[in-house]
Amino acid sequence: MKILVCLKQVPGKDAPVRIEANQRAIRDDVPYEINEPDLFALEAALRLKEAQVQGGSEPAGEPQSEIVALTVGPARASQALREALAKGADRAIHVEGAEAPQLDAYAVAEAITRAIAGESYDLILTGLQADDDGFGQTGVIVAELLGAPHATIIMEIVPVAGRARIRAKRELEGGRFQWVEMPTPAVLAIQSGIGKLRYATLMGIKQAKNKPLRQTTLEELGVRPSLNRQVIERLYVPAKRQGGELLTGTAAEQAAQLAARIRREIPR
Amino acid sequence: MILVVAETHASGEVNPASLEAIAAAQQLGTGAVCAALLGGDASAVAALTACPIERLYHGQHPSLATYSPDVWVQALVQIYEQAQPTLVLLAHTYQARDFAPQLATRLGGALISDVTGVKSPAIFIRPMYQGKLAAEVSFRPDIPGVVTVQIGAFNRASLRRDGAPAPVTMVNVTPDAPRIEAGEIFTEAKQAIDLSHAPVIVAVGRGIKDPKNLDMARQLAAAMGAELAASRPICDSGWLPMDRQVGSSGQTVAPKLYLAVGISGAIQHLVGMRGSRTVVAINKDPDAPIFEIADYGVVGDLFEVVPALIAALQASPGAPPD
Ligand SMILES: Cc1cc2nc3c(=O)[nH]c(=O)nc-3n(C[C@H](O)[C@H](O)[C@H](O)COP(=O)(O)OP(=O)(O)OC[C@H]3O[C@@H](n4cnc5c(N)ncnc54)[C@H](O)[C@@H]3O)c2cc1C
Ligand SMILES: Nc1ncnc2c1ncn2[C@@H]1O[C@H](COP(=O)(O)O)[C@@H](O)[C@H]1O
Repeated sequence: MKILVCLKQVPGKDAPVRIEANQRAIRDDVPYEINEPDLFALEAALRLKEAQVQGGSEPAGEPQSEIVALTVGPARASQALREALAKGADRAIHVEGAEAPQLDAYAVAEAITRAIAGESYDLILTGLQADDDGFGQTGVIVAELLGAPHATIIMEIVPVAGRARIRAKRELEGGRFQWVEMPTPAVLAIQSGIGKLRYATLMGIKQAKNKPLRQTTLEELGVRPSLNRQVIERLYVPAKRQGGELLTGTAAEQAAQLAARIRREIPR
Repeated sequence: MILVVAETHASGEVNPASLEAIAAAQQLGTGAVCAALLGGDASAVAALTACPIERLYHGQHPSLATYSPDVWVQALVQIYEQAQPTLVLLAHTYQARDFAPQLATRLGGALISDVTGVKSPAIFIRPMYQGKLAAEVSFRPDIPGVVTVQIGAFNRASLRRDGAPAPVTMVNVTPDAPRIEAGEIFTEAKQAIDLSHAPVIVAVGRGIKDPKNLDMARQLAAAMGAELAASRPICDSGWLPMDRQVGSSGQTVAPKLYLAVGISGAIQHLVGMRGSRTVVAINKDPDAPIFEIADYGVVGDLFEVVPALIAALQASPGAPPD
């Protein structure tokens, strides 16, 4: 099975987001990390490959299972690919461009599909949603551009009939689930929590240095922000709740005030 | 005209979030609002035609009995072509997440997702950076627009229709056979804990850092007579069982008091607890979105504040309020 995993580099969870003077982007002098659900997408791909290799279910005469990690991002994003290679991806594709952070979900989906033109994947995995822009759309748009079926909010993946079909467990609201099944090639948008994430081993980190990393650019693919179909006019920090009370002082003083408020709210 | 695509629950009833979407369409104030319904029974038709809409487009086809994104998109494109709306609007449900980006792309347009407000008929407000920032977003001119609105962001209380039910136009849609086969909807292990009636809840998030620190949270819960709950990452990691999870994919709670410890306040968490009477938040980040809904906020390190709070609560349990 040939699997593409789309990874986005996003500002670290605890990074302070500060708005640029133009009010349309955030300052990029923050630490970056791989978007969390994308790590779960990679994990799902690695497990699928391991199960096929171990279970001997590699169809005879078919090419080896292969996992390809792809990112659309500026130069810094190559770090995300190196991490994916160290964890076990076989090769990587970096669609490089300084303008990548300005692209909307549609333009990124164009970049992804153009970058893999001519290749055929059985499965394309994305995260469900990026922690930064939060469009929650890129995977579905990739599916539409490729004419492939898709499913979102996926918690588990099971290959059917070798690699001709795929079954996936969809999460629904309120702790309910549903299995869906479709022919491959298919696109699945992965939800966080699909299994425990692995760490890269020292061996993996060493091997990653020799794995192929293909570079292409947004320019070569003809993708630029003018392809965007939605435009950010202004970014701002939302207002705090009117009437909310911030308790100040040392931790002990804050705790004393809070204890008093709690007793008032829930008298015992 | 704005076309609101309604969603029905498995039980057949119209998702209340779809009524909020109708309210949002009205609030945009750009004129007529129509609704579209795929499949659905007479009670769903009645619920929608009792709303202040101009017309209901009711898509009919045997394969509309169960949801499949392919089928939904094809059916809605047909209704779109017949109705010629200027904007399509729907609730940001899991189902909408699944097909709305495909619909927008099929139409040659775009989806602005998870909208919480409108600045003008052409500028929508949506969260970014996990709710730490808000963005004003517009469509590129002259493309079809699809908007999903966040559940709970628009008030449906004002939806009133005077007079007879809205007229219904039947649309016999002709989707291809679905490529995606959907199985039964099921729940995993039986919910052992029902948090929906808990009067007091202490909920912990990723700020708790390590499962061994949960003991501290348990002590706090005990001191307050509270049930312990958590954000999704805590349950994903197996630190607490799934049935302690609060949020869109977990339980919906409405206690008298909800104390959020080390929880950032992502929207998927907030939708599960914003009905709480009093919300208290302890978080070291003054910009954490949880403070947008907190009645009492403590900006500080939970590893200092929580032990101090436990001590303060234990010091004089029966003391009168200050
Ligand atoms: C479809 C979908 C469904 C989802 N369903 C749910 C759901 O049902 N429930 C849910 O909770 N989430 C859900 N999520 C996930 C949600 O988007 C967030 O990722 C999640 O709620 C974040 O959890 P958190 O606040 O614990 O972690 P984080 O966002 O990482 O926040 C941790 C917080 O702890 C604070 N902190 C860190 N250290 C300290 C310290 N020492 N003292 C004080 N504060 C500290 C940080 O400032 C930060 O604000 C869902 C997401 C999607 C896409
Ligand atoms: N720039 C990017 N490079 C690679 N993958 C991306 C990029 N942007 C989005 N994705 C993928 O699409 C998913 C959904 O992102 P979004 O639609 O932006 O919320 C992410 O979790 C990634 O898997």
